[in-house]
Amino acid sequence: MEKRTVFAGYTLPALLIIPQLLITIIFFYLPAGQAMWQSFQLEDAFGTATQFVGFENYAELFKKPEYFRAMGVTAVFSLLVAGLSLSLSLLLAVMANKQIRGAGIYKTLLIWPYAVAPAVAGVLWLFMFQPSIGMVSKLLMSWGIDWNPTLNGTHAMFLVVLAATWKQISYNFLFFLAGLQSIPHSLIEASAIDGARPFRRFWTIIFPLLSPTMFYLLVVNITYVFFDTFGIIDAVTHGGPGSSTTTLVFKVYNDGRSGGDLGLSAAQSVILMVIVVGLTAVQFRYIERKVNY
Amino acid sequence: MVERRSFLNVVLPHIILMLGVVIVFFPVYLAFVASTWDPATIINGQLGLLPGPYFLENYQRILFTGTASSTREPVASMMLNSLIMALMIAIGKIIISIFSAFAIVYYRFPFRMTLFWIIFITLMLPVEVRIFPTYKIVADLGLLDSYPGLTIPLIASATGTLLFRQFFMTIPDELLEASKIDAAGPLQFFKDTLLPLSMTTIAALFVIQFIYGWNQYLWPLLITTKDSMQTIVIGIRKMITTQDALTEWQLAMATAVLALLPPVAVVIGMQKLFVKGLVETEK
Repeated sequence: MEKRTVFAGYTLPALLIIPQLLITIIFFYLPAGQAMWQSFQLEDAFGTATQFVGFENYAELFKKPEYFRAMGVTAVFSLLVAGLSLSLSLLLAVMANKQIRGAGIYKTLLIWPYAVAPAVAGVLWLFMFQPSIGMVSKLLMSWGIDWNPTLNGTHAMFLVVLAATWKQISYNFLFFLAGLQSIPHSLIEASAIDGARPFRRFWTIIFPLLSPTMFYLLVVNITYVFFDTFGIIDAVTHGGPGSSTTTLVFKVYNDGRSGGDLGLSAAQSVILMVIVVGLTAVQFRYIERKVNY
Repeated sequence: MVERRSFLNVVLPHIILMLGVVIVFFPVYLAFVASTWDPATIINGQLGLLPGPYFLENYQRILFTGTASSTREPVASMMLNSLIMALMIAIGKIIISIFSAFAIVYYRFPFRMTLFWIIFITLMLPVEVRIFPTYKIVADLGLLDSYPGLTIPLIASATGTLLFRQFFMTIPDELLEASKIDAAGPLQFFKDTLLPLSMTTIAALFVIQFIYGWNQYLWPLLITTKDSMQTIVIGIRKMITTQDALTEWQLAMATAVLALLPPVAVVIGMQKLFVKGLVETEK
């Protein structure tokens, strides 16, 4: 789509677009290019000489069990958070979409956790589940569970999943609610006239019509877990105990900060970029489909 | 409506929604309760569900003095840093993206679409994936521990440009033709016609970007080394020490409450704009 009438001249548009272009090139393309270049280089122990080594860094990376472990942790983390937050928020959205009093108030009361920083959300949940003073951990211990997220990797994972889910429910809830409200009433009425009970109406009419929203949210949630949960992990578990909550992004940060192998760290960054590009491409295909609906 | 007013349609939704609200509120409520007690009550595990008598004392101390051990920085100055960072990111992003969208939509110049794609592709590169090379560039420019270093790398992203481009496309061509007949130049058209029409879009983008800026974590963690440049989200993380005995939980929880209050107030106070911004910046 193009405008029919436009202004003439080159100087003014150039001046208008240059700030964004400069910042984009300096802080996006330059670093991304550098990461890519470094991922093909091998630096000697003193950092004085580098050598082009092709895909050697990548090969090295895929030989490391820690890297596979971080991939596994990220996959488990994403699936748990996406599954949990999508199903809970769908339930809440379906309920808020009923003709009940105060539906608007419930909406307001449910959407604000979106605005809480991941690290702060992590700290709030850490306080409840802190082994010696936490209110919930006392409850768990009184049930005979030896709760300790600082020693037990499963407990630590459980804790970061809860904090990440808590924060993400509001976003999913808003999109599900918008999706539900856009379903024509006539469809639901038609199926009711055909004798479909509410439960059946949900699974045969509402759920399929929500599937584009569901798919979009799935991609967004996975992206969220990959990148935005860094704050939660850093504040709650520091990737531990051991490496049981070390995700790919946390590993890049940790390896890079401890001043390890530059090439290996860059190779990790490049793999993450490939993952984001893949996720975004999937998302765009969804948007195209939505347009054709 | 097909629904009958039965238990399933009236009572059950209320029960589930109330449960949801309670679960959503509980962690924050508990943090607030903890922030009104003394350390002994918390350490001994005697914290109940009712606020204590230390509200003023704790908040006064954390706002103006800071914690004793971890970051001796008063939280009021951390909040100021967070506010400056959030405002610079939100306003900076709006300015550069409204200008670039104006240039792309209302002009024809060589490589216009190439430039658009150069900006567009950055949608795909969150700061997390290029963190260390970006850090190095900011360090080389001498921008560590400074507000420009904290904000400028986060200002450029395609979200705003795309949003404004989309919006400008919906503005009828007749408006531009009319201003041209009135002999208005491009800047006058921008100021008198586009800007007033874009106000809701600007406000919605501002709400989303303010929250984004206030909640930044990884970038300020790397870029700031001085305590005086710390943002509140970073400050709270430093208060949670690994040796639990040293964590002053009542102060950390007060900080958590102060850290989440401004962005949550923005969401609740400007709910309509927030929802609009969230739905429209969906890439």
